[in-house]
This record gives sequence, C-alpha cells and structure tokens, in this order.
Amino acid sequence: MPPAIETHELTRRFDALTAVDSLNLDIQGGEVFGLLGPNGAGKTTTIKMLITLLPPTSGSASVAGHDIRRDPRLVRRAIGYVPQLLSSDGALTARENLMTSARLYHLPSAERKPRIEEALEFMALENAADRMVRTFSGGMIRRLEIAQAMLHRPEVLFLDEPTVGLDPTARKAVWGHIRQLREAAGTTILLTTHYMDEAAELCGRVGFMHLGKLVAIGTPEELSAQAGKGKSLDDAFTHFTGSELSEAGEQGGQYRDVARTRRTARRLG
Amino acid sequence: MTSPERAERPAVWAEPIAPVRFVLDAWTIAEGELRKLRHDPTELLTRAVQPLLWLLVFGQVMAKTRAISTGSLGYEDFLAPGILAQSALFSAIFFGIAVIWERDLGVLHKYLVSPAARSSLVTGKALAGGLRALVQGTMVYAIALVIGVHLRLDPLSIVGAALVVVIGSAAFATFSLVIACLVRTRERFMGIGQVLTMPLFFASSAIYPISIMPDWLKVIAQVNPLTYQVDALRGLMIQGATESFPLWLDFAVLIGSTIVLIVIAARLYPRLAQ
Repeated sequence: MPPAIETHELTRRFDALTAVDSLNLDIQGGEVFGLLGPNGAGKTTTIKMLITLLPPTSGSASVAGHDIRRDPRLVRRAIGYVPQLLSSDGALTARENLMTSARLYHLPSAERKPRIEEALEFMALENAADRMVRTFSGGMIRRLEIAQAMLHRPEVLFLDEPTVGLDPTARKAVWGHIRQLREAAGTTILLTTHYMDEAAELCGRVGFMHLGKLVAIGTPEELSAQAGKGKSLDDAFTHFTGSELSEAGEQGGQYRDVARTRRTARRLG
Repeated sequence: MTSPERAERPAVWAEPIAPVRFVLDAWTIAEGELRKLRHDPTELLTRAVQPLLWLLVFGQVMAKTRAISTGSLGYEDFLAPGILAQSALFSAIFFGIAVIWERDLGVLHKYLVSPAARSSLVTGKALAGGLRALVQGTMVYAIALVIGVHLRLDPLSIVGAALVVVIGSAAFATFSLVIACLVRTRERFMGIGQVLTMPLFFASSAIYPISIMPDWLKVIAQVNPLTYQVDALRGLMIQGATESFPLWLDFAVLIGSTIVLIVIAARLYPRLAQ
C-alpha cells in the first residue's frame, strides 16, 4: 500500500520568495500528522499544493496514491479539506450545505440522506440541521465543515488550523471529533496548527516547518526530548525554528491575512 | 470500533460519465445560488426599484420631448426592452463581487477541492446569474403593462424573451466573474464595475437607436453584446418593433459570448484560491 501522502522535493516559489522549499514527506495511512510552524512558514502553501489548489513550481507529490499534477481530479475525490477560513455557506442551512457536497461528489442517491443524517448525528448537529449556518456558533460551524469534508469518506483529510478562533470548550469538542473520526474511519489526517497543545494532543507525528523547510520531524515526545531533558513541545518548537512563539505570532502574515483571520474569528465567534 | 467501518468505506464509488457530471454539477451550483435567493429575496426586490424609475420617470419625460427619433414606435415601447436589458446587466455585472466574497470567506476553496470540473462550477454560476434576471424580467413586464407599453403577450414571444434575458445575463454574470478573477479584491472590483457598466449601457441601443449614434459609437455598439440582447428583446417584447439584426444573429452573439466567457472564467477561477 502506497503512503497516504508522499512528497518529493516539493517546492513552490512566489516571485523571489520560496514559500515551500524542497519538502520531502512520507505520511502513512491512518496517521494523524501535524504540520507546525510560525505564520509564513509554508504550512498553508504545502496544503494548497497537496489538495491541488496551487500548482507546485517543482518537485512532485502524491495523495492517496494519485499524482497531484497528473490526476488532480482523482486526488480531489479521495480527500476532504477544511480550510482555515469558513467553508460552509452561511446563506444555506446545514442540511443544504451537506446536500450540496453529497451531490458534487456524486454519492449514490440512495445513500445521500442516510449519510447526511449520520453525519449530523455524529457531529451533534441534528437539532440545528435546518437552521441557516450564519446563525451557528463558531464551534458548530467547524463541526459542520468537518462533517461536510467527511461526507464522501475521504482517505485523507486536510485540516488547516482547525481550531483557530474557537473558545476552549469548542476546541476540546473539535479535538474529540477529530479523534473519533480517526478511530471510527481510519482516516489519515494532515493538520496544521500553531497551538503546541493541540499538536501534542492529536498528532502521532509532527513536522516543524520554518521558512519553507521541514526542520524537524518525529513524535511529539521525540522532538521534545531532542530539545533537551524535561523540555516541552513548545521548547522544541523554539529550539528548531529559532523563533519565540509569541513573537512568531506577531510578525506573521500580511495585513490582509490578519484582517481576514480576525474577520473570520469574529464571524466564527 | 476501528476495523468494521473502515472496511465498509468503498475505495471508489460509481460516478456518471463526464458530460452528465458536468450538467449535474452546474445545476447543483445554480440551485444552491437560487436557494439562497429564496432564503433572502430582499436583494431582488431592491433591484426592481431602478427599472421602475427609468420607465416611469425617464421614459415618460423623454416620450413627451420627442427628442429621440424611434420611428413608428412610441418612446416608451422603444425603451421598455432596453430597460429590461439594462437592469439585468446592472445586477449581473456585480455578480463577481459575490465570488470575491466567497473567496475571502473560504467557501470558494471548498468548491474547488471538490471533484467538480471548474467549467461546471463556472457554468452553474452563470446559470444562476441568468435565472436571477427572470425576476427583473417579470418586474419590467408588470411595470410596462401598467404604463401601457404595447407588449407581445403570446406565449412563444414571452418564452423567447425569457431565454434572451437568461442567456444575456449569464454572459454578463460570467464577464463579471472574469473581472473578479482579474482584480481579486472587492474594493477594486466596485470601482471597475462602475467604470464598465456605463459604457456597455450607453454604447448599446438600450435608450436610443443605433442609427442616431455618431459613427465611432456605432462601431462600439455593434460589438457590444448588450446591443444584441436589446435588439432581440425589442423584437420579442414589443408589437410592431423592427429589429436591426436577424433574431438568429442576436442569439448566436449572446450564446457565443457566454461560451467564450465561460471558457475564460474556468481558466481564471481556480487562480482566485491560490
């Protein structure tokens, strides 16, 4: 069985900036893998290439056994994606959002309704199914988005900052659902985050990215140990990326990104 | 609870063939857009105000002055199809803003990672833009009836006019989508949208006949799809109106521009998410 995600010297340049620099990754089926790094480290660019939204400048990658350049449609059929921003349509109800996905993935018609009911139940959204999504809380929207991304039972699920802008209770609930998904469906999950506790909590393995390069990879315990005796994943992060977390948060991103994240957070909140 | 469910998941499930998928996916997108309108129709209602003003105020005043020579046709008869085309254009041309909004939110990314072909997503949007305009069409017909425009009310003419409205608006909605993909931000789009609508409107036969235009404007009017939309509408809506071009040519220009614009938009659309 081929790895769920495999990249070989995957590179993306934007003019002078190399956002992702010769990335080599091997993620096995059923793994929950966390891509960590300060803003601008190349995490989102990496995901965008893997989900076929952004063509690589050079290098190659395959997802669920399909080449991202040669068979983008087969890749798209085999993956689910929850973007950092909002992906459910606020002007539609939860059920309508799920139905749109079911139709775009051409799920057999007889299976659509039962799967939608099952997904609503799994994400504890049965009572809100016919409400407009714009009236949802941030945690509910995230759960709906994950349900939508999982409806066609993808082999690989991409979660870009899945808990950004959520309050602690909603974060814990989303974590619980991600864990359940992995256990119930054996889905391979690649997530990005800059919360170290989230990575330690969910991920079997993590990779630290810094300035487009993968600077360290291993289990959270291994990486903590490499940073020194009694060190945490936070310390390991500083050790490998050379940036203080708080500072990284401050320097990261352009004005547009910040404005966007804030807006999203507000809408989600 | 690990293994049983996992084994259940089919690695590949059957799909219809590509052309069928194209039609189904386009319809899924269009239907979603129409559902949104049904949930919140205020936008459509406010769009009805503009044609009302044009027909009641501008039309009645200009008809009294007899400043514009429209042959045997009364000015209000001449104007009604032009105002229908204009109000459909004004609403279609800002369609792109919704797409930029979807990009800013992230909804766009969701559609682009689905297996649906880019061209089917764009076609669905175009179709939605076209069908929306039917509401304005109904409004203009209603106002025109009230002010005594000599409308052709046989079913064939009405269906024909509805088709012209849908195809024309689909073309301009797609044009708007192309602009949105090029300018990428809402602020720039608003500016460009304003700049584009007026020339399209004035360089067409919407409110005066081509025959009274200066030569340079005639040339522009003849490559402007809006002229052909107005021309077809005039023939299909108004009793005794004479068309400047044959009806088949009007349809050919409108359908042709829609297809060309969809092809361009399908290439540009994915770049919005990069």
